[in-house]
Amino acid sequence: MTRFVVRRLCSMALVLFAISVLTFLIFQAIPNGDPAQRMAGRLSSPETVAAIRRTWGFDDPLWQQYLTTMKKIFTGEVISYTQQVNVLDEIRKGLPATLSLAIGAGILWLVLGVLFGLLSAVRAGGLTDRGLTVLAMVGVSTPVFLLGAVALYFLAFKVQLFPNGGYVPLTQNPADWAYHMILPWLVLSVLYVGIYSRVLRSNMLDTMSDDFVRTARAKGISERRVLVRHVLRNSLIPIVSLWSLDFAAVIGGGAILTESVFNLQGVGQYAAESIQQLDVPPVMVIVMLGAFFVVVLSAVTDVLFALLDPRIRLT
Amino acid sequence: MATVDSTVRAAAPAGRGVDVAAGIGPYRLGLRRLRRNKTALAFGALFLLIVVLCLCAPLYADHVAHTSPNANHVTDTVTVGGVRKDVVSPTGQPIGPTWQGRFLLGADQNGRDIAVRLLYGGRNSLEVGAVATLITMVLATLAGVVAGFFRGAVDGVIARFLDLIWAYPVVLLGIALGTSLALGGITIGPLEIQGNSLMVPAFIIGIVYIPYVAKPIRGQVLGLREQEFVDAARVGGAGPLRIMWSEILPNLSSTIVVFVPLMIANAILLEAALSYLGAGVQPPNPSWGTMISDGIRLIPSAMHLTFVPGVMLVLAVLGVNVFGDGVRDALDPRARVRIEDVQEQAEVQR
Amino acid sequence: MSDVDRSSSLAKSGGRNPLLAVEDLRVAFRTEDGLVQAVDGVSFHVDAGEVLAIVGESGSGKSVTGMTLLGLTRSHNARFEGRAAFGGRDLVGASDDELRRIRGAEIAMVFQDPMTGLNPVQRVGKQIVEQIRAHEDVSKDAALERARGLLERVGIPRPTERLRAYPHELSGGMRQRVMIAMALSCEPRLLIADEPTTALDVTIQAQILEEVRRMREETSAGVILITHDLGVVADVADRVAVMYAGQIVEQGTLDELFYDPQHPYTWGLLGSIARVDRPRPTRLPAIAGTPPSLADPPHGCRFRPRCPHAFAQCVELPPLEARAGEAGHLDRCWLPVAEKREKRRVGGQIGLGEAA
Repeated sequence: MTRFVVRRLCSMALVLFAISVLTFLIFQAIPNGDPAQRMAGRLSSPETVAAIRRTWGFDDPLWQQYLTTMKKIFTGEVISYTQQVNVLDEIRKGLPATLSLAIGAGILWLVLGVLFGLLSAVRAGGLTDRGLTVLAMVGVSTPVFLLGAVALYFLAFKVQLFPNGGYVPLTQNPADWAYHMILPWLVLSVLYVGIYSRVLRSNMLDTMSDDFVRTARAKGISERRVLVRHVLRNSLIPIVSLWSLDFAAVIGGGAILTESVFNLQGVGQYAAESIQQLDVPPVMVIVMLGAFFVVVLSAVTDVLFALLDPRIRLT
Repeated sequence: MATVDSTVRAAAPAGRGVDVAAGIGPYRLGLRRLRRNKTALAFGALFLLIVVLCLCAPLYADHVAHTSPNANHVTDTVTVGGVRKDVVSPTGQPIGPTWQGRFLLGADQNGRDIAVRLLYGGRNSLEVGAVATLITMVLATLAGVVAGFFRGAVDGVIARFLDLIWAYPVVLLGIALGTSLALGGITIGPLEIQGNSLMVPAFIIGIVYIPYVAKPIRGQVLGLREQEFVDAARVGGAGPLRIMWSEILPNLSSTIVVFVPLMIANAILLEAALSYLGAGVQPPNPSWGTMISDGIRLIPSAMHLTFVPGVMLVLAVLGVNVFGDGVRDALDPRARVRIEDVQEQAEVQR
Repeated sequence: MSDVDRSSSLAKSGGRNPLLAVEDLRVAFRTEDGLVQAVDGVSFHVDAGEVLAIVGESGSGKSVTGMTLLGLTRSHNARFEGRAAFGGRDLVGASDDELRRIRGAEIAMVFQDPMTGLNPVQRVGKQIVEQIRAHEDVSKDAALERARGLLERVGIPRPTERLRAYPHELSGGMRQRVMIAMALSCEPRLLIADEPTTALDVTIQAQILEEVRRMREETSAGVILITHDLGVVADVADRVAVMYAGQIVEQGTLDELFYDPQHPYTWGLLGSIARVDRPRPTRLPAIAGTPPSLADPPHGCRFRPRCPHAFAQCVELPPLEARAGEAGHLDRCWLPVAEKREKRRVGGQIGLGEAA
């Protein structure tokens, strides 16, 4: 088991390194265009551009540029030239909102997804099943930002059921915090609930025709026990792994789209605004850190996965 | 695995008594199954309809709306039901749907005809989606087949590369590339692509999804490679290229066919997301994503700006998704006797 | 139908009071290709302490027969007719609840592939305990102790450690032994073994069959052994029923079947065995043609399209009757017995031969 963990962590470290290089290349080394100009943004003066070229070392050899860039990012020295603010500070300010959104939505869609998946597997072919299939299809076909906008319009604007966006810190007022988060949570989850329930349902139906389930039935144990102890337990395993990937994907992108619609002032929204203005430094930092987070999370999940499924530990 | 299903399947080959093997190939069988799936066909038709409509954008613009997608009519007026109205009111409120030739679906805050932009934008979105899908499928198949077939060092390099791109969250990678390329475009050798060309988002989206398709293909090729017909071909003197082309590729065709609609859907959605953020299709080119982005700011007063492109987008993606699902069900080699059987079995067993 | 009368009268006379008496069992499935009659009028009985082997190719209906006895084929698309009398009840018409109580406790089943037959994420001991506690009111510890005893009884070394093993940590032979141990855990009166050795290699096969033999001696349970392998049949069976296209085409004691087979299909099966004690054939004889579609079976005798000895009368389905002399030896072939004994001699041994 320890060997597995060590190996996984090593490969994680390698991937992190590779990502940092890739990000660096994308932003600093694209053939065509001047990286300093790119970094300075749309409205910039020649002096700024020259200053950037100096501090970031764009005249240095590529590998040195890479080191300079990495150092700047990880010591929080990156400054947005268009906004004149320190990127890391801004990120820190937005983190609570982003985490609230991601974690809350993640828990919601996992619980609901499993519940609905179980329901639709058991009552296969019934109304719940068809309804969920429709929900899954629509969920997978609708961009989350569109859904958010529509939800805001109908539920917050037309009918003042929910606040019209905005974020209230948890520490300030928990009830208000939840009140503001409900709609974003729901919107973000709707997408995934459909998919998850369908995946669980399909896994369960597959598992139900597996040999060991037939053996379990032949043993004479109750149908409910067969369903929960044998079918569900085995079908959940891939769900957990899927969940962690999607959770990472939310952090790595879904959040960006949702936050801007609901004006949650999180890291995602910061990224969205920076992109709109083609302000490179924040985008670069956020992309890098986001990717890092995803990779680390994926490694952690793999380890947890190995704990859940005894078959994996031997590999 | 001697389940009831396989036992029953073994007992019921098609045809009378003796001549069983007058085979129906998997494609004919799949097509038959697909034809029975009315829902999938209906949604496929919906998607096709949208595609055709968007391709007719110039026709619509010239003959029905009499304007172009980027033409501002801020100061114009239009007659609706006998009443003269401002296209964009003095307070900046654009007109809603007029349900007639001009401004059929209303105007945006720049006085541009929404319906015309919808169709042109759709054309852009679909074009980006199509090109991206093409890039993905071609490169992914190439990568997957080469990696799976040659294994060893070649596979090592390709697989690592795929893992890297895949480790990068799709949206983030898209944003990174989009932002970076939007400013300066890209020069690959002699090929120079401007920052605001449609090819940039198409290229980005195409690249980003390569691992998604390449990894399963690689896995399948690894398996196919071990099968006897490959050995037989090799013994018959076929070179690696020949084997890949005539033995491996045909066996991949159903996987590829299943992936195409899925990729089109993903590409359209990613394009919408990137364009919404500003890292995709660049203004003034319209796309459904940019239209939604423009419209969101004005939601309280001019909901149609978001609603119209939004509905169109969802319908298009839904269409291709449901159709793709149907294709997958039709070609699924693991076809159970009937999905309803297993469902009912579960129900009865309760 | 005359078949039913004959075999059920047999049931009453043959075994004093048979453990299981199946009468005219029919199982049909509705599929996208039409109605498939997987089992079409099957009747047999099993006495306590005896091993009945049901032999046939895939698609003959033998597995469906076995699984139907425990209600494992029940579904919305399945149709059942006939009776299966066991312990005073009819299994075919029993409620799901009744069946659940019978499963694992009075009738146990062992399946073909032990790798997929055991829950991969549950420890082996726990799986046995689960079965015990589903039928008997014992504590977990008591059940675990019984499980340990069972593992020992089926010849698994170091049973205490093995209880905590996962299925993938055991070899194929050991997994199958676990399945047998599990099946025996509540001391069933009837054991149905569906191709128990097919997924194992030959040496392990012998060991597993030895287990089955031992079990039969020790507990006087009845065993239905479903297989396509005549070698396995010769090793452990007392009586044999040969199935083809959903029907029994020959039924009798082991000796009757191997030394005086009455049905051409049986000849074909016997003729295609590679025998060590005979000169090596230049080519292993196989039965020409393929099994018929059960959605649309041939008219008359179902083996007719593949039978080199078919003649005019074969367009009429032969009833399952005793024609060879012994009351218990039934077959479905119109050929006169004397002709059969002649036609089945091919190249010095029993075989199907080719059309005259």
